[in-house]
Amino acid sequence: MSFFGPGHGACPGCGLTIATRNVLEALEGKCFVSNSTGCLEIVSSQYERSAWGVPYIHSLFENAAAVAAGIELALKALKRTDEGKVVVFAGDGATADIGIGPLSGMLDRNHDVIYICLDNEAYQNTGNQQSGLTPTGSNTTTMPAGELMPGKTGRKKDMISIAVGHGIPYVATATVAFYADLRRKVKKAAEIEGAKYIQIHTPCVTGWGIDGKQTLESARLAFETALYPIIEYENGELTKVRKIKDRKPVEEYLRIQRRFRHLFKHPKGQEIIRILQKIADDNAAKFNLDV
Amino acid sequence: MKKVVRGFYSIAHSVKLCKPNVIAAYPITPQTEIVENLAKMYSNGELGDCEYVTAESEFGAASILVGASAAGARTFTATCSQGLVLMSEVLLNAAGMRLPIVIVNTNRALSAPLSIWNDHQDSMLLRDGGLIQIHVETNQEAHDMVPLAFKVAENPRVMLPFMVNMDGFKLTHAYEPVDLLDQEIVDSFLPPYEPPVYMTTKNPLTFGSYAPPHCYAEFRVTLQNAMMRALDEIEKAYKDWAEITGRYWGGHAVGEYTDDAELVVVSMGSLTGMVRDVVNEMRREGKKVGLLKLRTFRPFPVKEVRNALKNANKILVFERAVSFGYEGPVGIEVKSAIFGFTPEFYSFAVGLGGRDVPREEIVKIIGDVYEGKVEQGFHFGTIKEFEEVVV
Repeated sequence: MSFFGPGHGACPGCGLTIATRNVLEALEGKCFVSNSTGCLEIVSSQYERSAWGVPYIHSLFENAAAVAAGIELALKALKRTDEGKVVVFAGDGATADIGIGPLSGMLDRNHDVIYICLDNEAYQNTGNQQSGLTPTGSNTTTMPAGELMPGKTGRKKDMISIAVGHGIPYVATATVAFYADLRRKVKKAAEIEGAKYIQIHTPCVTGWGIDGKQTLESARLAFETALYPIIEYENGELTKVRKIKDRKPVEEYLRIQRRFRHLFKHPKGQEIIRILQKIADDNAAKFNLDV
Repeated sequence: MKKVVRGFYSIAHSVKLCKPNVIAAYPITPQTEIVENLAKMYSNGELGDCEYVTAESEFGAASILVGASAAGARTFTATCSQGLVLMSEVLLNAAGMRLPIVIVNTNRALSAPLSIWNDHQDSMLLRDGGLIQIHVETNQEAHDMVPLAFKVAENPRVMLPFMVNMDGFKLTHAYEPVDLLDQEIVDSFLPPYEPPVYMTTKNPLTFGSYAPPHCYAEFRVTLQNAMMRALDEIEKAYKDWAEITGRYWGGHAVGEYTDDAELVVVSMGSLTGMVRDVVNEMRREGKKVGLLKLRTFRPFPVKEVRNALKNANKILVFERAVSFGYEGPVGIEVKSAIFGFTPEFYSFAVGLGGRDVPREEIVKIIGDVYEGKVEQGFHFGTIKEFEEVVV
């Protein structure tokens, strides 16, 4: 039996399913999954059509981290920890917005849980609404680009620093563009006792306005522009970064996506593009990304 | 072994004997000393292999128990008031997932205005959520109901969250003699939890599926069926309990003098002791008054309530909550249960937000209703004169 699918109803080119399958395969299916409400849950857990080949639970939107903590405690109490690791799959809204309290509690108590944030940068299940992890300038249905507004004006929340701030043993970012790196990180996380936070950049075909064939390309460009640095922290220390050869201007990433297209003609578009380029430059400097 | 203990301890001691696997704790007055007692036991190594965890909120505590229960653990938490409301999204979800989590709710008023004191507004809010709810009168009763709650919740014919309601402060902080159970007795009544299904890599199942319109309703039918089956299963558990401990708590609703009473007074929770005292005194004076102590609130024991009230000309309900825009929630249920009968019906909301209910108030309300001095319908008990500012 496969660990994930067949039978899920995700869009062709969906970033979430690529990430999920790679995580489950890295763990060889030896895991318990706690999934928040959202895209992944909806495409995979319909009654009688579950795509999950591992024990799976969906409770609510905002409590997947706490549910995972409960599974971990039960396995300890019942002396069944050898059955597998406890893994959370949660979207960016479930992670950075509505579920940040339970996530903080789980990280703070340092449960032996691998928390995977599937970051498609908006509430995509309900049709592209702005979340805390939506990047600056993105056009969403709850902050659409209009005569006045250029899309999101705030910043993408720095969940990596928040996770590192909890003093947990392992924090990393990953991307579906580099699945070997993603698998390595999951395997590494599984070897470490305590709470692990991995945030995976997972393009959304419909929300981002890209072609199903452009999923990996757009994920790669997010990395190559330094808008999505691929980094690793162990015990609070930055231990590894994925270097960028010939870093590209952010326009190359923005131009291929409908959610950013307005920036090239909106009166405030150039200002937003400058802000995004500054974010990328700061990332490159902070993490020493340029080769 | 009889000992004088506080209500908190009567719960904690009983929980320990039930050998829970996971306890999640978050403090809230007047519940806190229940989890503090359990924390002390855990810290001293008295809880065996139990995992005790301090959650980041009541919402987190209930969510932790959802995961633990789904993974096959016996689970416990205690809360009340704002904490219960914060948990409510999770507890309703647990009911739908048929997870037998046991909760002790130390009934407390709701905000605003903020009040840490006792009434029943908190648990009433969860009336329709699919949780079994019982109310206790004494700390002995509270002590005994914990093993019973696990037994019924984990019964494969039931599989539902079970909430034991005990009045905050009135019971939690009270010192009462309690015949404390011992391990052997609880072990003989309550075997280890054997979930019919649970999360395991040996048989990977999906929990918490979503259900499209073509199958959602059937899940809710099974939830209703489980609740209705619980009526019988609770009775059976009471009988088993009586055989083992010699204490029979009388079922879902306990009537006293109801056969020939002209007026039956309905009460739930710790107020019942005083109501009984007043009823007994009026009986001695030759007045035909009776008492119906309501113990189970969900599932609602229609048959028992109907039977106890069938001969009454007048019914008086003491409420500890209000369904704003209608009347007291217990009165609503009682009236619905006696549909077809035509007694006079009175209800009084007393002791809201911990307002003291003096014996004289109970004497006066029952006396006035008995003598026909009160208009039928819903009333508030003793309220100070005040000017309501309507702008």
